[in-house]
Amino acid sequence: MDFYVEELIDNYEHPHNKGKLEHANAEFHGHNPVCGDDLTLYLDIEDGVVKDVKFDGDGCSISVASASMLTDAIKGKRIEDIEKMGFDDLKKIIGIDPGPVRLHCATLSLKALKGAVFLYEHKPMDAETKKL
Amino acid sequence: MMAMPSNESIDVESIKKDFPIFKIRMAGKPLVYLDSAATSQKPQQVIDSIVKYYSEYNANIHRGIYEIAERATEEYTNSKAKLAKLIGAKGIENIVYVRNTTEAINLVAISWGNANVNKGDHILISDMEHHSNIVPWQLLERRKGAVLDYIKLDSGNERLDMESFKENLEKDPKIVAITHASNVLGTINDVKYITREAKKHGAVVLIDGAQSAPHMPVDVGSIGCDFFALSGHKMLGPTGIGALYGTEEILDSMEPLFGGGDMISAVTRQTYSWNSLPWKFEAGTSNIEGGIAFGAAIDYLNNVGMERIHRHEAELTRYALESLEGIKNIEVYGPKKEDIAVKSGVISFGIKGVHPHDVAQIFNSEGIAIRAGHHCAMPLVTEVLNKGAVSRMSFYLYNSREDIDKAVAAIGKVKKIFKIKE
Repeated sequence: MDFYVEELIDNYEHPHNKGKLEHANAEFHGHNPVCGDDLTLYLDIEDGVVKDVKFDGDGCSISVASASMLTDAIKGKRIEDIEKMGFDDLKKIIGIDPGPVRLHCATLSLKALKGAVFLYEHKPMDAETKKL
Repeated sequence: MMAMPSNESIDVESIKKDFPIFKIRMAGKPLVYLDSAATSQKPQQVIDSIVKYYSEYNANIHRGIYEIAERATEEYTNSKAKLAKLIGAKGIENIVYVRNTTEAINLVAISWGNANVNKGDHILISDMEHHSNIVPWQLLERRKGAVLDYIKLDSGNERLDMESFKENLEKDPKIVAITHASNVLGTINDVKYITREAKKHGAVVLIDGAQSAPHMPVDVGSIGCDFFALSGHKMLGPTGIGALYGTEEILDSMEPLFGGGDMISAVTRQTYSWNSLPWKFEAGTSNIEGGIAFGAAIDYLNNVGMERIHRHEAELTRYALESLEGIKNIEVYGPKKEDIAVKSGVISFGIKGVHPHDVAQIFNSEGIAIRAGHHCAMPLVTEVLNKGAVSRMSFYLYNSREDIDKAVAAIGKVKKIFKIKE
C-alpha cells in the first residue's frame, strides 16, 4: 500500500488549515462524485498574494490530506503562479502518485484552489483546471 | 460438473475450479472476490459456450433454413425456456431478452407507463431502490405529471415499513415497483405479500429481481407479479443480457419499444403486424451469444441448485455478521443475524473515522475485491442512512468462510493504518 504513508495519514487525521476562513475574498466549492468528497476552499488574497487559506468539508483520506498539504504549500504564493499549477506540482506537494482511480480525490483541492483564483480574477476556468 | 444432491452443502473448492478467474492474483495475493452484487464471476462452461457458438454454429437466428442457423435459433430459444423454468414462468412467451435489469424496467416505464399512467396518477416505489428502479419512474413522472411516492423504511433502517406501504396504497397507485432484495441492505422483501396487497388496490406490480434471481429460488407465479426484471451478468452469465418477465396478458397489451426486423410478422408500405410474444419486443439481431451463454449459466446454477446456493449464502452471511459483531468501531447496515431469513448475502458496513474508499483500497492491497460508494442507491445511502458512501461485501456460491476471515483481517489492517482503537 504505497500511498498510505505516515505523512498522508497524519494530514488526514489532523488536517492543517481546516475550517471556514472569515475574511475570505475568494472561495470555490468542489465535489468528487466518485468518493463523495465535498470541499470548499477559502482564500484571503492581498496584493496578488495568498495571505491566508482554509478548506472545509468531508472526504476520503487522499482528498483531505491533499487539501491539507496543498493549503500549507500555497501560503504566501502569488496568484499568477497558482494559475499555472498543474497535477505534477500537486504530486510533488503530496509526495504520492494517487493512481487513476483516486486521481480526482487528490486533485479536488487543486481544482477548488484554481477555481477560487480564476473567480477572484474574473477569468474563465482554463481547460487544464476543468480536467482536474 | 455433476449435479449435486440438494441436501448437501456446497463444495466451494470444487466450484472454484470451474471459475478461471480464481487462478489470477490481485495485488500479488490470491483473489478474494466479494463483489458479486455488482457482477458475478463466470464459470468456464459459460465462457466456453460463447467460443463454441462463434466457432461452431455462428449464424443469425430465425428464418435461416440451414443447419447452423437452426442450431443457433434453438440454443437461443432454449435459453429462454431454461430461464422460464428457473423463475417459474409458463413459457418463453413470458421472457423478453433485454440488456439488463435497467433496460427491463425502462421498457415497462416507457411502453406500459406511457399508455397507462396519466396526470395525477401515483407510482409507488421504496426508499431502498437502486437507481434503475427510481430514475425510469422519475422520467415517467415528469412526462406524465404523475406523482412518485416512496415506501419508508422501519426505524432501524432494515426493512420496509408496512404501515407506510399501506398508507401509500390508499392512494391507489397505478404501479408498485419494488426490489426483491436490496443491493445495499441485503433486505429480502416479502414480495408475495406486497404483490397481494397491491393487487387489492388494482395496481400493476413490478419486482426488481436483480439481487434475488441469482441467489435464491424464485417463482413468479407464486409471487403473482405482472413483471419481474433480472440481469444475466449477476447470475454467472455475460454482460449485455438480461430479461423482463411479464404475464402474457400484460405483454400482449403493450406496444413494443423499438421497431425493426424480427419483431414483426408482416410489413407493408402502410402498415405492420407484430410478431408473437416474446419476439415483438426484440427488434433487430439479438445478443445471440449473450442469450446462449446465459442458458449455460442457468444450467450451471441448476446443477448446483438454487435452494442450496441460497442456504450456502445464508450460512456465510450469518458467519460474517457474527465475525463483525466482535469488532469495535464498525457499523453494519441492514437486517442483523437474528433476521437471517430476510437477509441476502450483501453486507454494507462502515469503519468509524475511515472513508469507505480508503477501506476498499486497503482491501485491494490484500487481494480482496469489495465495493465502496453509494451503490447506485443514493436516496437510501445519502438521505436515509445519511452517509456519503458505505463499503459493501457480497457473497456467491464460490465464497467460503476463509474469504470472510480474510476480510476481517483486512479490517484489522485498515484500523491499524488509520490508528483506530480496538
